[in-house]
Amino acid sequence: MNMRGIRFVPQDCNVNFIGMRMFAFAFSIILVLGSIGVTVQRGLNLGIDFTGGTVIEIRTPVIPNIEALRTILNDLDLGSISIQEFGQIDDLLIRLPAQKKSADWQKGDEEPNEVAIELVRETLDEAFEGQTVDYRRIEYVGPQVGEELKIKGLYAIIFSLLGILTYIWFRFEWQFGVAAIIALGHDAIATIGLFALMQMEFNLSTVAALLMIAGYSINDTVVVFDRVRENLRKYKKKPLLELFNISVNQTLSRTLMTSLTTLLALVALYTFGGEVIRGFVYALIFGIIIGTYSSVFVASPVLLLMNVRRGAPPSDKAAEAGAPEVI
Amino acid sequence: MIQIARWKIFLILAVCIYGFAYSSPNFVGGQTHQWMKEALPDWMPKKTVNLGLDLRGGAHLLYEVDLDAVFEDRAEVFAEDFKKSLKEAKIAKQSVSTIKRGVRIVLDNADDAQEVKKMIRRTDPRLILSIDTLGTTITALMDEAYITQVQDQTISQVIEVVRRRIDMMGTTEPVIQRQGLNRVVIQVPGADSKQLRDLVGQTAKLGFHLVGGEGKRKISEVSLSYADTPMRKINVKRHAIIAGDMLDDAQPSFNQNGQAVVSFRLNAAGARKFCSVTRKNVGKPFAIVLDNKVISAPVINEAICGGQGQISGGFDVQEAAELSLLLRAGALPTDLKVVEERSVGPSLGADSVAAGKMASLIGLAFVLVFMFVGYGLFGLMANVALVVNIALILAILSSLQATLTLPGIAGIVLTVGMAVDANVLIFERIREEIAGGRSALSSIDAGYSRAMATIIDSNLTTLIAAIILFSFGTGPIKGFSVTLGVGILTSFFSAIFVTRLLVVLWIKKTNPKTVPI
Repeated sequence: MNMRGIRFVPQDCNVNFIGMRMFAFAFSIILVLGSIGVTVQRGLNLGIDFTGGTVIEIRTPVIPNIEALRTILNDLDLGSISIQEFGQIDDLLIRLPAQKKSADWQKGDEEPNEVAIELVRETLDEAFEGQTVDYRRIEYVGPQVGEELKIKGLYAIIFSLLGILTYIWFRFEWQFGVAAIIALGHDAIATIGLFALMQMEFNLSTVAALLMIAGYSINDTVVVFDRVRENLRKYKKKPLLELFNISVNQTLSRTLMTSLTTLLALVALYTFGGEVIRGFVYALIFGIIIGTYSSVFVASPVLLLMNVRRGAPPSDKAAEAGAPEVI
Repeated sequence: MIQIARWKIFLILAVCIYGFAYSSPNFVGGQTHQWMKEALPDWMPKKTVNLGLDLRGGAHLLYEVDLDAVFEDRAEVFAEDFKKSLKEAKIAKQSVSTIKRGVRIVLDNADDAQEVKKMIRRTDPRLILSIDTLGTTITALMDEAYITQVQDQTISQVIEVVRRRIDMMGTTEPVIQRQGLNRVVIQVPGADSKQLRDLVGQTAKLGFHLVGGEGKRKISEVSLSYADTPMRKINVKRHAIIAGDMLDDAQPSFNQNGQAVVSFRLNAAGARKFCSVTRKNVGKPFAIVLDNKVISAPVINEAICGGQGQISGGFDVQEAAELSLLLRAGALPTDLKVVEERSVGPSLGADSVAAGKMASLIGLAFVLVFMFVGYGLFGLMANVALVVNIALILAILSSLQATLTLPGIAGIVLTVGMAVDANVLIFERIREEIAGGRSALSSIDAGYSRAMATIIDSNLTTLIAAIILFSFGTGPIKGFSVTLGVGILTSFFSAIFVTRLLVVLWIKKTNPKTVPI
């Protein structure tokens, strides 16, 4: 029995990736600047995790008339209430802005946001004339908690980037670290830009997705850089450009295989995982595609620009850090 | 590479057996699991993964405890005490007023200051005293230890009362915990958020107050509105004659007119006091006040000395039942305010579990097929490792009783995709070594040893991200980071050791000249 696998990338694959670096740089610079521009111009559609407010997900007993519901709910004088379809025709997502205490509010009165939720529930129950409305999800985040979650999310981003950076700094020469961080920033900014462009909700899950993308991007870059470093020691005479090309081509099959398996798993999650995590998975899918691109077209060419040192001495940082040596 | 020490083989097999055994309760049906729970000793596999509220349905409420009000109350008590003591000692004062977490006393005569300081120390040594330059204004502030003690006491009281209320509701496994300085988180599986909010959010501070005069209120009185008609106000004495903690019991019942009422019984001290006060005030009204709202203000027809009575306030049956429950469980020491609420109905929870299962299985199937197509026999070996990996993740999550949330399921699915990375790295390296002209065995050997550094690098970077996400993350981020972190550790084990064992066994059996990869 000969159970050999199919090769998706031929063994002698030799694409001149580094030769295309000017196109890649141009594309990436446009991508990053465009992402920043669209984020500044349109802003992020921050979810209630960060802004405070209320989200109610309902399943209606009959196919709802969204326009009519919108009119009824906006007559409640609770600020601008938005209603949208969520996944299927009888699932609705209703957003209420955060409610402020009215002037005559006094101690012992009910919290205005609780009152608003109750009011909406009563109104919806009435609108469907006694048929049961299924309240599938109610989320309320107070403005102060929203502010705290924003800060915590920011801390999570900063500290995980610092953690990853420290590791890279221990394991590689500084040029590698800088190139890896540039590739990572490229991926993260492009993903944020996507959220701004599509005006998709940016919430706590999105932060988790962004960090995951950062981890994946670094992971992918590190594999290529490990090979670059190995080849730098192996081929002392080869021109750097050629050596970088060899390294990228040698790891190309792995880069694609891993990205594809991860993407397959994510596509399953996107298709069957339900509406609640769809935004999260969408960010991951985009991030992994852009991360794969950047590890080939951004990280290595940037490293080439940085005039990396050849033939590291025996007592290089890898050995100091106590990590296993690559022969 | 070709040899694996016998003890290592046993260790690898032992871990695999642990994985399959301890994840098994998650796969068996309800009845079998019930049997496992009852028949097996504690160390045997019987625990399942703990589903988060987003998967099983339930309510998560974060409350802020109004500590400022507690300190205001305390300051007021101190102020009253000081006034009394000053009067007794015949010390002339201009004013005694409460300030933030303290009391300010302004004296007529600076000579009395030392005497007053001594007096305050006797009342409570935990007040920090200071005198202004004129020597007539004394400020007494609560010290750190006192503040911390009051905060801790208040929060634990809140937790106790809330627990009593929720226990009366009859729900199982509620989580009630302090969070940070002044917050309490309450998680109740299966609860409807409205029901829970009605139960927890109400302070339920009950008081019977004598009613003051009509018109302008006196300094000893407060103006309160009626619960049913907020526009109608009434002046009542600040000081309650009977407070909620004097109740022995409260039950819903009906009065002679068939209206729902709350029947209460006072304790001995309360009954005595109520008897004497009502005797002195026959013909006057008294107000029943709940959380600063007047429920009713009946006129005292005769002295009430049996210690029993009824509160009627136009309740319906359910309201009467709810109020009785709250009165039995006792009042909260201060107000609570919802600052975050996340509740998931049972239908969405069940949908999410089904969707998560479906997505995981299909994702797994995709990856299994893809790995087999890509690497043939070696792909199959990697697939075995992948299945071991998933069993291990579930086993560890079950053993740790970690909470599995929907983003957590996403984390598992993602590790499925990434778990094969280690094997992909090794297999690609083996291919390269073969192309470089090495023999079968030496290619495999070199493939493993050379890919190792890269595997460690890539796993460690992701692990760092997972750990930091765990420590800084909240909610969905945390749930995701737990499964991601566990997944990285298990995938490292399964991809390196399990496939290696399989490869070695295959080499021993077939003694191959070429590597089918």
